[in-house]
Amino acid sequence: MNPSNYILLSAVLFSIGAIGVLVRRNAIIVFMSVELMLNAANLSFVTFARMNGNLDGQVVAFFVMVVAAAEVVIGLAIIVTIFRTRRSASIDEPSLLKY
Amino acid sequence: MNEVIEPNLGETLVFWICGGLAVVGALGMVISRKAVHSALWIALTMINLAILYVANSAPFLGMVQVVVYTGAVMMLFLFVLMVVGVDSSDSLIETIKGQRVAALLLGVGLTIMLVAGLGAGLSGAGTIGLDAANAADGGNVQGLARLMFSDYIIAFQATGALLITAAVGAMVLTHREYWQPRKSQRELSQDRFTDGGHPGNKPSPGVYARHNAVDTPALLPDGSTSAISIPAPLRARDDARAIDVNDITNVRRLTEGESE
Amino acid sequence: MTELMPAEGVFSLIWLLIALPLAGAIVLLFGGRRTNSWGPYLGVLTVSASAVLGVLMLLGLLDRPAEERTVEQTLFTWVFVGDFQADMAFQLDQLSMVFVLLITIVGALIHVYSLGYMAHDPDRRKFFGYLNLFVAAMLLLVLANNYLLVYVGWEGVGLASFLLIGFWQAKPSAAAAAKKAFIINRVGDVGLSLAIMLMFVTFGSVSFDDVFRSTSEASEGTLTAIGLLLLLAAAGKSAQFPLQAWLLDAMEGPTPVSALIHAATMVTAGVYLIVRSNAIYNAAVWAATAVVIVGLITIFMGAIIGSAKDDIKKSLAGSTMSQIGYMIFAAGLGPIGYVFAIFHLLTHGVFKAGLFLGAGSVMHGMNDNVNMRRYGALKGLMVITFITFMAGYLAIIGIPPFSGFWSKDEIIHAAFERNAFIGIATILAAGITGFYMTRMIAMTFFGKPRWEEGVHPHESPAVMTIPLIILALGSTFMGMALLFWGNIESWLEPVTGFASEPTPLPTMFYIGVTLVVVIIGAVIGWITYGVKPVPIDPPHGSWLTRAARKDLYGDAVNDVLVVQPSLATARYLSWFDDKGIDGFVNGIARWVGLLANTLRRTQSGLVRSYALSMVGGVFVVVLALLLVRMN
Repeated sequence: MNPSNYILLSAVLFSIGAIGVLVRRNAIIVFMSVELMLNAANLSFVTFARMNGNLDGQVVAFFVMVVAAAEVVIGLAIIVTIFRTRRSASIDEPSLLKY
Repeated sequence: MNEVIEPNLGETLVFWICGGLAVVGALGMVISRKAVHSALWIALTMINLAILYVANSAPFLGMVQVVVYTGAVMMLFLFVLMVVGVDSSDSLIETIKGQRVAALLLGVGLTIMLVAGLGAGLSGAGTIGLDAANAADGGNVQGLARLMFSDYIIAFQATGALLITAAVGAMVLTHREYWQPRKSQRELSQDRFTDGGHPGNKPSPGVYARHNAVDTPALLPDGSTSAISIPAPLRARDDARAIDVNDITNVRRLTEGESE
Repeated sequence: MTELMPAEGVFSLIWLLIALPLAGAIVLLFGGRRTNSWGPYLGVLTVSASAVLGVLMLLGLLDRPAEERTVEQTLFTWVFVGDFQADMAFQLDQLSMVFVLLITIVGALIHVYSLGYMAHDPDRRKFFGYLNLFVAAMLLLVLANNYLLVYVGWEGVGLASFLLIGFWQAKPSAAAAAKKAFIINRVGDVGLSLAIMLMFVTFGSVSFDDVFRSTSEASEGTLTAIGLLLLLAAAGKSAQFPLQAWLLDAMEGPTPVSALIHAATMVTAGVYLIVRSNAIYNAAVWAATAVVIVGLITIFMGAIIGSAKDDIKKSLAGSTMSQIGYMIFAAGLGPIGYVFAIFHLLTHGVFKAGLFLGAGSVMHGMNDNVNMRRYGALKGLMVITFITFMAGYLAIIGIPPFSGFWSKDEIIHAAFERNAFIGIATILAAGITGFYMTRMIAMTFFGKPRWEEGVHPHESPAVMTIPLIILALGSTFMGMALLFWGNIESWLEPVTGFASEPTPLPTMFYIGVTLVVVIIGAVIGWITYGVKPVPIDPPHGSWLTRAARKDLYGDAVNDVLVVQPSLATARYLSWFDDKGIDGFVNGIARWVGLLANTLRRTQSGLVRSYALSMVGGVFVVVLALLLVRMN
């Protein structure tokens, strides 16, 4: 089996995550989709690290995880704050910045 | 150690099983109506990804994936879901015109293009493997540690600062500010009566009259009307209905007649 | 060409001639109400002082030999740009001298007359200020030693004329007349400015001395162009065909203004310009011919209009046009005519001023009514006015020994020296002059009274009649004085040149024929208006009368040829500006607005829409990468 299959898997997961971001309205699920996309990217990093015989890819994947964790913390805090004022977690709701 | 290593059959099996489950989990997350189900589906995807990391000669990242994602991040998601309301299910009716179709077209198109492009581009690529890199420092974890604490030390410090900031930021965002000391039950009760408020329920309108519309004042036992029994706006507008004296005598006669 | 002499002795005061009335104007116009009481007298004083100064200078000139009579005084260099230099410099020679005397003496008399005529006008001070301004500008015009300075005076008199015609600007007709005069004069001014530019290009200088010295260096075409442009300027200022239309309306101004500006002085500036530029016309035959034609046409137009107008001032204005036509005509004849143009200008300046002032005196007694059909039988009531008017009348129609006879006769004689046809034309015009002036006299002073109710004709006060008497004396004797005692031909000859050509018939023959024609015209006029009663309502009249009442369609022609096309052009340009240019600009703005309105719809505020466009971008980038890789 060729390791490039991992790359293809990561492309598929990335696209599914993108569709999730576009299709779902619940901010939390959108967030999950974003996490899925990050994970897909991580899988690519790890695979490329292996293909190139170089640990740098894994280090980058590690950093992505850390940043993603921080992002989740802030993002969920924002969602909670919005939910508190608007009583809704829909991301279509805060659309005041429009024409 | 530069010769190309062919993955063995075991890894092929692991890839197809776990990769399939990861895709199923991802699709499930997108399709599920309930957010909790979505969270569970993506947890499945992440665990499978962790296995794939391990299979991909990244055991340390596999463990981190389990701990950080399936452990911390997903729990945080679920926790927030509980706060927001666990039974809040999305309506699946799309409100933006053409959004779903366009998203599907773009997503599928992107998938096809990426798979086709990457597949074509990587078809001849060989794999060097990490055995040499791991062996240099005595193992995968040691190798990563050496890189992180030497070449990537500044990035590592920056992520540390980022995490601290994120923690503080989350606290600031979710913190509710009280401008005055919170009143105790006792203080609330005292506030209610010190300025002469009505101690109990106010009389409801028209209780003793023939009409029980809101604009009909209630009759007190002595036959007079109670001004506070009708809503304040009606009083302010002078919309209170006048009481027909005949009604009062009529009512009195009826009640007295009954008692006799 | 005589040598220019430096200004010494009394001539060092040439600048004062102009400065005095200018100072008067400045004091009166900027002094405000506190000069109301003594202002008019100051105005009279400054002009009178200039007149005295002028007389002293005349005596000074007479003391000198003929070739030393051109005095030049340079005050300072006025314009100095590159090769171009114009000085603030004055040139007093024989020609300027007679003009200075005409302007200051007639001006002073009219100032005195105005003291009486404008006695009750609340804006009297302003009136005298304007008059002083006019005198100053006119003196600058005739004393300048270069064309650019002439231009300053030229515009100055135009301004004063505008201000004075519109002096009663509350009257819409006066305001309109002032504007009309100003605008038509602009046409002529364009001619003068173009002529000046052409002179500078051709000769490298605009001073009289340089230009006249070097006329032989220029081609005849250039000189003809300059001559025609100067003729255009003269036609504008002197109300000559085709720019004659403003003069009749200019009678809206107070009568002293009509006498000073629109009879005696300003309107003759055109004659001055042509005679002054004689060196150019002598070298440009076609331009001189054009001058003759313009003069001849105007002689007849003015005479015909003068014959039909019932308004005494407009009738006199027509007469003025006609008489200035004679002068222009004479100036166009060349050296045989220059002297007589100026001669006629001087006599006309005096007798026409007298006639206008007489008309003003009549109007003064008739409650400012100008309609001659409401006059009649005034000879007994206004004796001085009548007698002085008669002196002017006899002078203008050319009865010997009154001054007009001598000057007009010389012009007719000069015309015959050149060509019998134009000579006969001038005699005919003299006959028409006899007709319309007799008509005026008959309608005004003879016949039965046709006064409006409540009018009590009376003689004017002495302050008005004394100038009349002086001008009447001038009308009577000036011609003889200038011709026999003053010897005007040899006086002006150094400046203008003088020539005489033989005529086929003896001089007395022409004089006799002219007199007969004039008397025939006068008799016809007397029979029509003196013997027969004059109807108060004007009769229908012949087509010529009707045309003349409408100024020979001068306004109609201007309207069709100039006003309507300009209005149509302006209207079209305005439409084009509105719809074309504004439409284009507004159209762009509207399209931008529409585009923006459409594009802003994409800013829905929905995060997922934005995310969709981002994914679309990624899609496009990946597609592009793939396509590039494929090739």
